[in-house]
Amino acid sequence: MTGITHHIPDNLLIAYAAGTLPNPFALVVAAHVSLCDDCRARLAAHEAAGGAIIEQSAPQEVSASLRDRVLDALDAPFEMPAPQPRHGVYPGPVMEALKGHPPKWKPIGMGNRQCIIDHGAEGSVRLLWIAPGQAVPDHGHNGLELTLVLQGAFADETGRFGPGDLEVADADLEHTPIAAEGAPCICLAATDAALKFNSFLPRMLQPLFRI
Amino acid sequence: MIMLDDHRTLAVIAPCDSLVVSMTAGKEQAQVRKTDYSIQTEWMLAVRDDRDRRAFAQLFDHFAPRLKGVVARSGAPPAQVEDIVQDVMLTVWRKAHQFDPERAQVSSWIYQIARNRQIDILRRERRPIPEEIARQEDTTPDASQVLALEQETEKLRQALSQLKPAQREMVEKAYLGELSHTDIQAETGLPLGTIKSRIRLGLERLRHELKTIGTP
Repeated sequence: MTGITHHIPDNLLIAYAAGTLPNPFALVVAAHVSLCDDCRARLAAHEAAGGAIIEQSAPQEVSASLRDRVLDALDAPFEMPAPQPRHGVYPGPVMEALKGHPPKWKPIGMGNRQCIIDHGAEGSVRLLWIAPGQAVPDHGHNGLELTLVLQGAFADETGRFGPGDLEVADADLEHTPIAAEGAPCICLAATDAALKFNSFLPRMLQPLFRI
Repeated sequence: MIMLDDHRTLAVIAPCDSLVVSMTAGKEQAQVRKTDYSIQTEWMLAVRDDRDRRAFAQLFDHFAPRLKGVVARSGAPPAQVEDIVQDVMLTVWRKAHQFDPERAQVSSWIYQIARNRQIDILRRERRPIPEEIARQEDTTPDASQVLALEQETEKLRQALSQLKPAQREMVEKAYLGELSHTDIQAETGLPLGTIKSRIRLGLERLRHELKTIGTP
Protein backbone atom coordinates (compact mmCIF):
# COMPACT_ATOMS: atom_id res chain seq x y z
CA MET A 1 0.00 0.00 0.00
CA THR A 2 1.41 3.40 -0.93
CA GLY A 3 0.90 6.70 0.77
CA ILE A 4 1.42 5.44 4.30
CA THR A 5 3.07 8.22 6.27
CA HIS A 6 2.66 7.09 9.88
CA HIS A 7 4.70 4.03 10.79
CA ILE A 8 5.56 1.75 13.72
CA PRO A 9 8.16 3.18 16.14
CA ASP A 10 11.32 1.10 16.54
CA ASN A 11 10.82 0.18 20.19
CA LEU A 12 7.48 -1.46 19.27
CA LEU A 13 9.00 -3.23 16.25
CA ILE A 14 11.84 -4.61 18.40
CA ALA A 15 9.41 -5.74 21.11
CA TYR A 16 7.29 -7.41 18.43
CA ALA A 17 10.35 -9.10 16.91
CA ALA A 18 11.44 -10.30 20.35
CA GLY A 19 7.95 -11.52 21.23
CA THR A 20 7.41 -9.28 24.27
CA LEU A 21 4.75 -7.01 22.79
CA PRO A 22 1.33 -7.78 24.36
CA ASN A 23 -0.97 -9.58 21.92
CA PRO A 24 -3.43 -6.71 21.29
CA PHE A 25 -0.54 -4.53 20.08
CA ALA A 26 1.12 -7.44 18.28
CA LEU A 27 -2.05 -7.80 16.18
CA VAL A 28 -1.89 -4.12 15.16
CA VAL A 29 1.82 -4.43 14.30
CA ALA A 30 1.21 -7.59 12.25
CA ALA A 31 -1.68 -5.88 10.43
CA HIS A 32 0.36 -2.75 9.65
CA VAL A 33 3.33 -4.80 8.42
CA SER A 34 0.93 -6.68 6.13
CA LEU A 35 0.09 -3.34 4.49
CA CYS A 36 3.45 -1.56 4.67
CA ASP A 37 6.58 -2.88 2.94
CA ASP A 38 8.70 -0.22 4.58
CA CYS A 39 7.88 -1.52 8.07
CA ARG A 40 8.18 -5.09 6.76
CA ALA A 41 11.76 -4.32 5.75
CA ARG A 42 12.45 -2.54 9.06
CA LEU A 43 11.09 -5.54 10.98
CA ALA A 44 13.28 -7.85 8.89
CA ALA A 45 16.30 -5.66 9.72
CA HIS A 46 15.54 -6.06 13.43
CA GLU A 47 15.20 -9.81 12.88
CA ALA A 48 18.63 -9.71 11.25
CA ALA A 49 19.93 -8.17 14.49
CA GLY A 50 18.21 -10.95 16.46
CA GLY A 51 19.76 -13.51 14.12
CA ALA A 52 23.21 -11.97 14.59
CA ILE A 53 22.76 -12.29 18.36
CA ILE A 54 21.86 -15.97 17.97
CA GLU A 55 24.96 -16.47 15.79
CA GLN A 56 27.19 -14.90 18.42
CA SER A 57 25.61 -16.52 21.46
CA ALA A 58 27.46 -19.26 23.33
CA PRO A 59 26.38 -22.75 22.19
CA GLN A 60 24.95 -25.02 24.89
CA GLU A 61 25.35 -28.71 24.45
CA VAL A 62 22.12 -30.41 23.42
CA SER A 63 21.29 -33.96 24.42
CA ALA A 64 22.07 -36.65 21.85
CA SER A 65 18.47 -37.80 22.02
CA LEU A 66 17.27 -34.37 20.89
CA ARG A 67 19.26 -34.63 17.67
CA ASP A 68 17.90 -38.15 17.05
CA ARG A 69 14.33 -37.09 17.82
CA VAL A 70 14.49 -34.22 15.34
CA LEU A 71 16.14 -36.22 12.56
CA ASP A 72 13.71 -39.13 13.08
CA ALA A 73 10.73 -36.78 12.87
CA LEU A 74 11.58 -35.35 9.46
CA ASP A 75 9.27 -37.81 7.71
CA ALA A 76 6.47 -37.60 10.28
CA PRO A 77 3.21 -36.31 8.82
CA PHE A 78 2.29 -32.80 9.93
CA GLU A 79 -0.33 -30.20 9.26
CA MET A 80 0.40 -26.54 8.77
CA PRO A 81 -2.83 -24.63 9.28
CA ALA A 82 -3.32 -22.35 6.28
CA PRO A 83 -3.33 -18.69 7.36
CA GLN A 84 -6.48 -16.65 6.78
CA PRO A 85 -6.15 -14.52 3.65
CA ARG A 86 -6.90 -10.81 3.50
CA HIS A 87 -10.60 -10.06 3.10
CA GLY A 88 -11.63 -6.65 1.78
CA VAL A 89 -9.98 -4.02 3.96
CA TYR A 90 -9.11 -6.57 6.67
CA PRO A 91 -5.51 -7.83 6.54
CA GLY A 92 -4.71 -11.52 7.05
CA PRO A 93 -3.82 -11.31 10.76
CA VAL A 94 -7.12 -9.49 11.50
CA MET A 95 -9.07 -12.19 9.63
CA GLU A 96 -7.07 -14.77 11.61
CA ALA A 97 -8.13 -13.08 14.87
CA LEU A 98 -11.74 -12.99 13.61
CA LYS A 99 -11.40 -16.71 12.81
CA GLY A 100 -12.20 -16.07 9.16
CA HIS A 101 -15.58 -14.40 9.69
CA PRO A 102 -16.33 -10.78 8.79
CA PRO A 103 -16.72 -8.50 11.85
CA LYS A 104 -20.01 -8.50 13.76
CA TRP A 105 -20.66 -4.82 14.47
CA LYS A 106 -22.37 -3.55 17.64
CA PRO A 107 -23.68 0.02 17.83
CA ILE A 108 -21.93 2.26 20.36
CA GLY A 109 -24.02 5.39 19.87
CA MET A 110 -23.73 8.45 17.63
CA GLY A 111 -23.92 6.21 14.56
CA ASN A 112 -20.64 4.50 15.39
CA ARG A 113 -20.00 0.77 15.81
CA GLN A 114 -17.41 -1.55 17.20
CA CYS A 115 -16.42 -5.19 17.13
CA ILE A 116 -14.34 -6.36 20.08
CA ILE A 117 -11.74 -8.86 18.89
CA ASP A 118 -10.07 -9.59 22.18
CA HIS A 119 -9.89 -8.18 25.68
CA GLY A 120 -8.11 -9.44 28.74
CA ALA A 121 -5.41 -8.71 31.25
CA GLU A 122 -3.01 -7.56 28.52
CA GLY A 123 -5.44 -4.99 27.14
CA SER A 124 -7.98 -4.98 24.38
CA VAL A 125 -8.16 -4.80 20.63
CA ARG A 126 -11.23 -3.93 18.59
CA LEU A 127 -12.43 -2.74 15.22
CA LEU A 128 -14.09 0.67 15.20
CA TRP A 129 -16.52 1.89 12.54
CA ILE A 130 -16.88 5.65 12.63
CA ALA A 131 -19.46 7.44 10.49
CA PRO A 132 -18.09 10.12 8.15
CA GLY A 133 -17.59 13.44 9.95
CA GLN A 134 -18.24 11.85 13.36
CA ALA A 135 -15.96 12.37 16.30
CA VAL A 136 -14.72 9.53 18.42
CA PRO A 137 -15.49 10.79 21.94
CA ASP A 138 -12.77 13.03 23.34
CA HIS A 139 -10.53 10.77 25.33
CA GLY A 140 -7.15 10.45 26.95
CA HIS A 141 -5.35 7.20 27.76
CA ASN A 142 -4.03 5.50 30.83
CA GLY A 143 -1.49 3.67 28.74
CA LEU A 144 -0.52 3.10 25.13
CA GLU A 145 -3.08 3.11 22.33
CA LEU A 146 -2.38 2.05 18.74
CA THR A 147 -4.90 2.89 16.02
CA LEU A 148 -4.47 1.56 12.50
CA VAL A 149 -6.70 2.95 9.75
CA LEU A 150 -8.06 0.23 7.44
CA GLN A 151 -10.54 2.31 5.47
CA GLY A 152 -11.37 6.03 5.19
CA ALA A 153 -9.43 8.48 7.31
CA PHE A 154 -9.48 10.45 10.53
CA ALA A 155 -7.74 13.56 11.72
CA ASP A 156 -6.92 14.81 15.17
CA GLU A 157 -4.64 17.33 16.88
CA THR A 158 -1.56 15.40 15.68
CA GLY A 159 -2.33 14.99 11.99
CA ARG A 160 -4.30 13.14 9.33
CA PHE A 161 -4.37 9.35 9.18
CA GLY A 162 -5.38 7.46 6.02
CA PRO A 163 -5.46 3.77 5.10
CA GLY A 164 -2.44 1.92 6.51
CA ASP A 165 -1.44 4.78 8.81
CA LEU A 166 -0.77 3.99 12.43
CA GLU A 167 -1.37 6.45 15.25
CA VAL A 168 0.62 5.88 18.44
CA ALA A 169 -0.95 7.64 21.41
CA ASP A 170 0.39 7.50 24.94
CA ALA A 171 -0.92 8.79 28.26
CA ASP A 172 0.19 12.36 27.44
CA LEU A 173 -2.02 12.70 24.38
CA GLU A 174 -5.54 14.06 24.76
CA HIS A 175 -7.03 13.91 21.31
CA THR A 176 -10.32 14.05 19.47
CA PRO A 177 -10.16 12.00 16.28
CA ILE A 178 -12.76 13.00 13.69
CA ALA A 179 -13.56 10.73 10.76
CA ALA A 180 -13.09 12.32 7.34
CA GLU A 181 -16.00 12.79 4.95
CA GLY A 182 -16.42 10.03 2.39
CA ALA A 183 -16.24 6.37 3.29
CA PRO A 184 -16.84 5.41 6.93
CA CYS A 185 -13.58 5.20 8.84
CA ILE A 186 -12.71 1.66 9.91
CA CYS A 187 -9.84 1.31 12.40
CA LEU A 188 -8.12 -1.43 14.32
CA ALA A 189 -7.47 -0.06 17.81
CA ALA A 190 -5.53 -1.64 20.65
CA THR A 191 -4.96 -0.37 24.15
CA ASP A 192 -3.34 -1.73 27.29
CA ALA A 193 -5.70 0.22 29.53
CA ALA A 194 -9.34 1.23 29.60
CA LEU A 195 -9.84 4.50 27.74
CA LYS A 196 -10.70 7.54 29.87
CA PHE A 197 -13.58 9.55 28.50
CA ASN A 198 -13.85 13.20 29.34
CA SER A 199 -17.59 13.68 29.01
CA PHE A 200 -20.09 12.26 31.45
CA LEU A 201 -22.21 10.08 29.18
CA PRO A 202 -19.50 8.04 27.48
CA ARG A 203 -17.89 7.45 30.88
CA MET A 204 -21.16 5.99 32.13
CA LEU A 205 -21.37 3.75 29.10
CA GLN A 206 -17.78 2.65 29.38
CA PRO A 207 -18.26 -0.56 31.42
CA LEU A 208 -21.11 -1.50 29.13
CA PHE A 209 -19.06 -1.25 25.95
CA ARG A 210 -15.72 -2.22 27.46
CA ILE A 211 -14.01 0.83 25.98
CA MET B 1 32.27 -14.93 0.54
CA ILE B 2 32.27 -18.34 2.12
CA MET B 3 32.40 -18.09 5.87
CA LEU B 4 34.99 -20.59 6.89
CA ASP B 5 33.80 -21.11 10.41
CA ASP B 6 33.65 -24.83 9.85
CA HIS B 7 36.21 -26.16 7.37
CA ARG B 8 35.26 -29.75 7.92
CA THR B 9 31.60 -29.41 6.96
CA LEU B 10 32.43 -27.09 4.09
CA ALA B 11 34.50 -29.81 2.48
CA VAL B 12 31.68 -32.29 2.97
CA ILE B 13 28.90 -30.13 1.62
CA ALA B 14 30.41 -28.12 -1.19
CA PRO B 15 31.14 -30.14 -4.30
CA CYS B 16 34.85 -30.00 -5.18
CA ASP B 17 34.47 -28.46 -8.61
CA SER B 18 32.36 -25.59 -7.32
CA LEU B 19 34.99 -24.87 -4.68
CA VAL B 20 37.58 -24.63 -7.41
CA VAL B 21 35.36 -22.29 -9.37
CA SER B 22 34.95 -20.10 -6.34
CA MET B 23 38.70 -20.02 -5.64
CA THR B 24 39.59 -19.15 -9.22
CA ALA B 25 36.78 -16.71 -9.76
CA GLY B 26 39.18 -13.77 -9.45
CA LYS B 27 39.12 -12.76 -13.08
CA GLU B 28 35.38 -13.27 -13.35
CA GLN B 29 34.51 -11.02 -10.42
CA ALA B 30 31.58 -9.52 -12.28
CA GLN B 31 29.70 -12.78 -12.24
CA VAL B 32 28.60 -13.72 -8.77
CA ARG B 33 28.37 -17.41 -8.11
CA LYS B 34 26.01 -19.37 -5.94
CA THR B 35 29.04 -20.99 -4.34
CA ASP B 36 30.01 -17.61 -2.90
CA TYR B 37 27.09 -17.83 -0.46
CA SER B 38 27.74 -18.40 3.22
CA ILE B 39 27.75 -22.02 4.28
CA GLN B 40 24.52 -21.60 6.27
CA THR B 41 22.75 -20.26 3.18
CA GLU B 42 24.09 -23.21 1.17
CA TRP B 43 22.77 -25.66 3.76
CA MET B 44 19.38 -23.98 3.88
CA LEU B 45 19.03 -23.89 0.08
CA ALA B 46 19.97 -27.58 -0.07
CA VAL B 47 17.24 -28.29 2.49
CA ARG B 48 14.73 -26.11 0.66
CA ASP B 49 15.39 -27.24 -2.91
CA ASP B 50 16.63 -30.82 -2.47
CA ARG B 51 15.25 -31.79 0.98
CA ASP B 52 18.88 -32.61 1.81
CA ARG B 53 18.99 -34.35 5.22
CA ARG B 54 22.72 -34.10 5.59
CA ALA B 55 22.55 -30.33 5.10
CA PHE B 56 19.72 -30.21 7.63
CA ALA B 57 21.85 -32.11 10.15
CA GLN B 58 24.56 -29.47 9.62
CA LEU B 59 22.03 -26.72 10.26
CA PHE B 60 20.92 -28.55 13.40
CA ASP B 61 24.48 -28.91 14.69
CA HIS B 62 25.14 -25.24 14.10
CA PHE B 63 21.91 -23.69 15.34
CA ALA B 64 20.38 -26.04 17.94
CA PRO B 65 23.10 -25.44 20.59
CA ARG B 66 22.87 -21.66 20.05
CA LEU B 67 19.07 -21.76 20.13
CA LYS B 68 19.19 -23.72 23.36
CA GLY B 69 21.08 -20.92 25.09
CA VAL B 70 18.83 -18.23 23.63
CA VAL B 71 15.56 -20.02 24.45
CA ALA B 72 16.73 -20.72 28.01
CA ARG B 73 17.56 -17.06 28.42
CA SER B 74 14.19 -15.77 27.27
CA GLY B 75 12.29 -17.34 30.11
CA ALA B 76 11.24 -20.84 29.00
CA PRO B 77 11.03 -23.36 31.87
CA PRO B 78 14.20 -25.54 31.80
CA ALA B 79 12.18 -28.72 31.19
CA GLN B 80 10.72 -27.20 28.01
CA VAL B 81 13.84 -25.66 26.49
CA GLU B 82 14.84 -28.67 24.39
CA ASP B 83 11.21 -29.27 23.37
CA ILE B 84 11.11 -25.76 21.97
CA VAL B 85 14.45 -26.20 20.18
CA GLN B 86 13.09 -29.43 18.69
CA ASP B 87 9.92 -27.69 17.53
CA VAL B 88 11.86 -24.76 16.03
CA MET B 89 14.24 -27.02 14.09
CA LEU B 90 11.38 -29.16 12.78
CA THR B 91 9.58 -25.99 11.70
CA VAL B 92 12.74 -24.96 9.82
CA TRP B 93 12.51 -28.26 7.91
CA ARG B 94 8.77 -27.99 7.29
CA LYS B 95 8.68 -24.33 6.30
CA ALA B 96 11.88 -24.46 4.27
CA HIS B 97 9.95 -23.60 1.09
CA GLN B 98 9.32 -20.13 2.55
CA PHE B 99 13.01 -19.37 3.03
CA ASP B 100 14.04 -16.50 0.76
CA PRO B 101 17.74 -15.57 0.93
CA GLU B 102 17.01 -12.31 -0.87
CA ARG B 103 15.09 -11.10 2.17
CA ALA B 104 16.57 -12.91 5.16
CA GLN B 105 19.70 -14.63 6.32
CA VAL B 106 19.24 -18.11 7.77
CA SER B 107 19.92 -16.81 11.28
CA SER B 108 17.29 -14.02 10.90
CA TRP B 109 14.77 -16.48 9.58
CA ILE B 110 15.41 -18.91 12.43
CA TYR B 111 15.21 -16.07 14.97
CA GLN B 112 11.76 -15.25 13.60
CA ILE B 113 10.59 -18.87 13.71
CA ALA B 114 11.98 -19.33 17.24
CA ARG B 115 10.07 -16.32 18.55
CA ASN B 116 6.79 -17.44 16.99
CA ARG B 117 7.09 -21.06 18.10
CA GLN B 118 8.19 -20.18 21.63
CA ILE B 119 5.16 -17.94 22.12
CA ASP B 120 2.74 -20.39 20.54
CA ILE B 121 4.03 -23.21 22.75
CA LEU B 122 4.47 -21.39 26.06
CA ARG B 123 1.37 -19.22 25.88
CA ARG B 124 -0.77 -21.71 24.01
CA GLU B 125 -2.10 -19.01 21.72
CA ARG B 126 -1.46 -18.14 18.12
CA ARG B 127 0.88 -15.21 17.73
CA PRO B 128 -0.43 -12.60 15.29
CA ILE B 129 1.93 -12.69 12.30
CA PRO B 130 1.99 -10.57 9.14
CA GLU B 131 0.66 -11.90 5.84
CA GLU B 132 3.33 -13.97 4.17
CA ILE B 133 4.47 -12.81 0.74
CA ALA B 134 4.77 -16.05 -1.14
CA ARG B 135 8.13 -16.62 -2.75
CA GLN B 136 7.83 -17.64 -6.39
CA GLU B 137 9.02 -21.22 -6.44
CA ASP B 138 11.35 -22.27 -9.24
CA THR B 139 12.84 -18.80 -9.56
CA THR B 140 16.60 -18.52 -9.21
CA PRO B 141 17.58 -16.10 -6.50
CA ASP B 142 19.31 -12.92 -7.60
CA ALA B 143 22.79 -13.87 -6.42
CA SER B 144 24.07 -10.31 -6.18
CA GLN B 145 21.12 -9.40 -3.94
CA VAL B 146 21.73 -12.46 -1.73
CA LEU B 147 25.43 -11.67 -1.43
CA ALA B 148 24.85 -7.98 -0.75
CA LEU B 149 22.47 -8.91 2.06
CA GLU B 150 25.05 -11.32 3.46
CA GLN B 151 27.69 -8.60 3.40
CA GLU B 152 25.40 -6.15 5.20
CA THR B 153 24.64 -8.82 7.79
CA GLU B 154 28.36 -9.42 8.26
CA LYS B 155 28.83 -5.70 8.93
CA LEU B 156 25.97 -5.87 11.41
CA ARG B 157 27.69 -8.75 13.23
CA GLN B 158 30.92 -6.78 13.41
CA ALA B 159 29.08 -3.73 14.75
CA LEU B 160 27.39 -5.95 17.34
CA SER B 161 30.70 -7.34 18.55
CA GLN B 162 32.13 -3.83 18.79
CA LEU B 163 29.40 -2.46 21.06
CA LYS B 164 30.47 -1.41 24.53
CA PRO B 165 29.58 -4.15 27.05
CA ALA B 166 26.75 -2.19 28.69
CA GLN B 167 25.20 -1.31 25.33
CA ARG B 168 25.63 -4.87 24.11
CA GLU B 169 23.85 -6.14 27.21
CA MET B 170 20.88 -3.84 26.57
CA VAL B 171 20.69 -4.82 22.90
CA GLU B 172 20.76 -8.53 23.77
CA LYS B 173 18.09 -8.05 26.41
CA ALA B 174 15.87 -6.18 23.95
CA TYR B 175 16.15 -8.76 21.17
CA LEU B 176 16.04 -11.82 23.39
CA GLY B 177 12.79 -10.82 25.05
CA GLU B 178 14.01 -9.60 28.42
CA LEU B 179 12.65 -6.04 28.10
CA SER B 180 9.13 -4.71 27.66
CA HIS B 181 8.32 -2.26 24.88
CA THR B 182 8.36 0.63 27.36
CA ASP B 183 11.92 -0.23 28.43
CA ILE B 184 13.40 -0.72 24.97
CA GLN B 185 15.59 2.10 23.69
CA ALA B 186 14.91 2.73 20.01
CA GLU B 187 18.58 3.68 19.54
CA THR B 188 20.46 0.38 19.44
CA GLY B 189 23.77 1.63 18.04
CA LEU B 190 23.46 -0.97 15.27
CA PRO B 191 23.66 -0.02 11.57
CA LEU B 192 20.22 -1.30 10.53
CA GLY B 193 19.44 1.34 7.89
CA THR B 194 21.49 -0.24 5.12
CA ILE B 195 20.11 -3.71 5.82
CA LYS B 196 16.60 -2.31 5.73
CA SER B 197 17.24 -0.65 2.34
CA ARG B 198 18.67 -3.90 1.01
CA ILE B 199 15.68 -5.97 2.17
CA ARG B 200 13.37 -3.30 0.71
CA LEU B 201 14.99 -3.90 -2.69
CA GLY B 202 14.36 -7.63 -2.33
CA LEU B 203 10.70 -6.92 -1.51
CA GLU B 204 10.30 -4.61 -4.50
CA ARG B 205 11.71 -7.27 -6.81
CA LEU B 206 9.33 -9.84 -5.33
CA ARG B 207 6.33 -7.50 -5.68
CA HIS B 208 7.32 -6.84 -9.26
CA GLU B 209 7.53 -10.57 -10.00
CA LEU B 210 4.16 -11.20 -8.38
CA LYS B 211 2.60 -8.44 -10.45
CA THR B 212 4.11 -9.80 -13.66
CA ILE B 213 2.88 -13.29 -12.91
CA GLY B 214 -0.51 -12.08 -11.67
CA THR B 215 -1.44 -10.15 -14.82
CA PRO B 216 -2.86 -12.29 -17.61
